[in-house]
Amino acid sequence: MYWQRTLVALGTIARKEAQRYLRIWVQTLLPPAITMALYFVIFGNLIGPRIGPMDGYTYIDFIVPGIIMMAVITNSYSNVVSSFFGAKFQRHVEEILVSPTPNAVILLGYISGGVSRGLLTGFIVTLVSMAFTRIEIHSIPITVSVVFLTSVLFSLGGFINAVFARKFDDISIVPVFILTPLTYLGGVFYSISLLPDFWRMASMANPVLYMVNAFRYGILGASDINIWVAYGLVLMFISILAAFSMYLLNRGVGIRG
Amino acid sequence: MKALTLEHLNKTYKGGVVALRDVNLTVEEGDFFGLLGPNGAGKSTMIGIISSLVTKTAGRVVVFDHDLDRHTWEAKASLGLVPQEFNFNNFETVEQIVLNQAGYYGIRRRLARQRAERYLRELGLWEKRRAVSRTLSGGMKRRLMIARALVHEPRLLILDEPTAGVDIELRRSMWEFLRRINQEYGVTIILTTHYLEEAESLCRNIAIIDEGRIIENTDTQSLLTRLSTHDFVLDLKHPLEQLPAKLTFNVRQLSPRQLEVEIHKHQTLTALFSELAQAGIEVSSMKNKSNRLEELFLRLLQGDRDGSSAVA
Ligand SMILES: Nc1ncnc2c1ncn2[C@@H]1O[C@H](COP(=O)(O)OP(=O)(O)OP(=O)(O)O)[C@@H](O)[C@H]1O
Ligand SMILES: [Mg+2]
Repeated sequence: MYWQRTLVALGTIARKEAQRYLRIWVQTLLPPAITMALYFVIFGNLIGPRIGPMDGYTYIDFIVPGIIMMAVITNSYSNVVSSFFGAKFQRHVEEILVSPTPNAVILLGYISGGVSRGLLTGFIVTLVSMAFTRIEIHSIPITVSVVFLTSVLFSLGGFINAVFARKFDDISIVPVFILTPLTYLGGVFYSISLLPDFWRMASMANPVLYMVNAFRYGILGASDINIWVAYGLVLMFISILAAFSMYLLNRGVGIRG
Repeated sequence: MKALTLEHLNKTYKGGVVALRDVNLTVEEGDFFGLLGPNGAGKSTMIGIISSLVTKTAGRVVVFDHDLDRHTWEAKASLGLVPQEFNFNNFETVEQIVLNQAGYYGIRRRLARQRAERYLRELGLWEKRRAVSRTLSGGMKRRLMIARALVHEPRLLILDEPTAGVDIELRRSMWEFLRRINQEYGVTIILTTHYLEEAESLCRNIAIIDEGRIIENTDTQSLLTRLSTHDFVLDLKHPLEQLPAKLTFNVRQLSPRQLEVEIHKHQTLTALFSELAQAGIEVSSMKNKSNRLEELFLRLLQGDRDGSSAVA
């Protein structure tokens, strides 16, 4: 009985979240398709042939996994941060807070919104990439699990950002100053084996690098790093952020007066 | 059974504002209960704590024997809230808002649809079910908040100034509706209001809160009786030996040169003075002996003027 009601509540939040990004698809689903298509045209088709092979793959084949991952990361994050901040700002988060929906379900519901948008965007970008190259997936379980875990991780990040945000500026600071640099420097466009020793070491401190590489391994079968280390790191970050999110929700930080 | 019990409720906001000071209150099942108090008295804070929107500093909330902290699901499921300020998702439709609310209470879609239709029809919003909430008028939004609060069929409905900014006609129909769900469905109702007329016509019992303290908790009738009298202190020109026996007014002698008189609304000072003159008593000066309750109501009434002229 309790589980049934909890599942209904979870389903309600998940559905509402999906309805939100589908309703505003021009702002949510269309831009990544266009931006990523531009990346494929410019870096893949126009400049790519001049760059030559990267880690033994044509340049476009090399960047496709990174670009899909980039779309998944940004969209998972921005879905949860905008939606939850919007709910706080318009105060309709109160609809959920007065209800018996447990905090864990609130968190899961919002994360599921971020993950479903992240995965949907990833799928759209994959479709777009098929206009430019043929992808064969090396390992479906690795590809799917890595993209899923990454999406969960960045959805959690977006959630925490939204909890602390007080004004609209606060929801764009992290994406602009932290997320974007980490993603661009996370080996989306190059193999870190090209870097001088110092920068290669520095890159190893960038968690996004592990996710991009693990995902690339799933698709191409090649990676700059050990993918089990990537799994370990992602799972560790997920646990930490999930625990922190629950702590914030239980304390009512930013949502209960 | 008690619909609501508050024990030693305290709230200090960040920044140090003390909004509630040791509030103790019980509301019986089936009651129609009014919570009155001037702006900033702590009404919304109290309601916020009961409905989990505000964290309490100390105390206990029990809803139909379910401790809010320990039997959270049962306590919250028995309670419906109509908040003071609109808090809709601006982009959702009327029907989505009500259906989602049902979902948060674990009600399956099929049942939720039936309930949504029923309450939207009862509140005259069924035709508007596909309208986006942002496009509703103020009165429609108020009614939508009531439909949303009822969709999980709570046994206790709390409304924070449900008729603020609502025209007389709609206000009367909302009163009718609330009376009906209280009498027919046995829903216990607690409402806050700045309109005395509203409290008078709807509520059986009333608590008055001021500066975070409950300063009065009684039934509406005795409160009104007390409010319809004024106490005056009269200074006499000559000392008085003995109060004449045949006075129709309720007069008490405080000292040889001072009397206290209680005047009901239907009585007049002119009548009092002519009666005193006939008894040979000369009054040199007079002052209004105000009590805290009256002062409070004066402030309540002043607050009322911004809203409308609905004064009892
Ligand atoms: N979020 C908050 N942070 C700090 N102080 C607050 C907060 N909310 C309310 N207060 C303060 O707590 C006190 C009680 O406010 P509350 O809103 O409970 O009053 P109220 O009785 O509902 O008033 P009104 O009739 O104007 O709605 C006020 O002094 C108010 O300024
Ligand atoms: Mg209030």
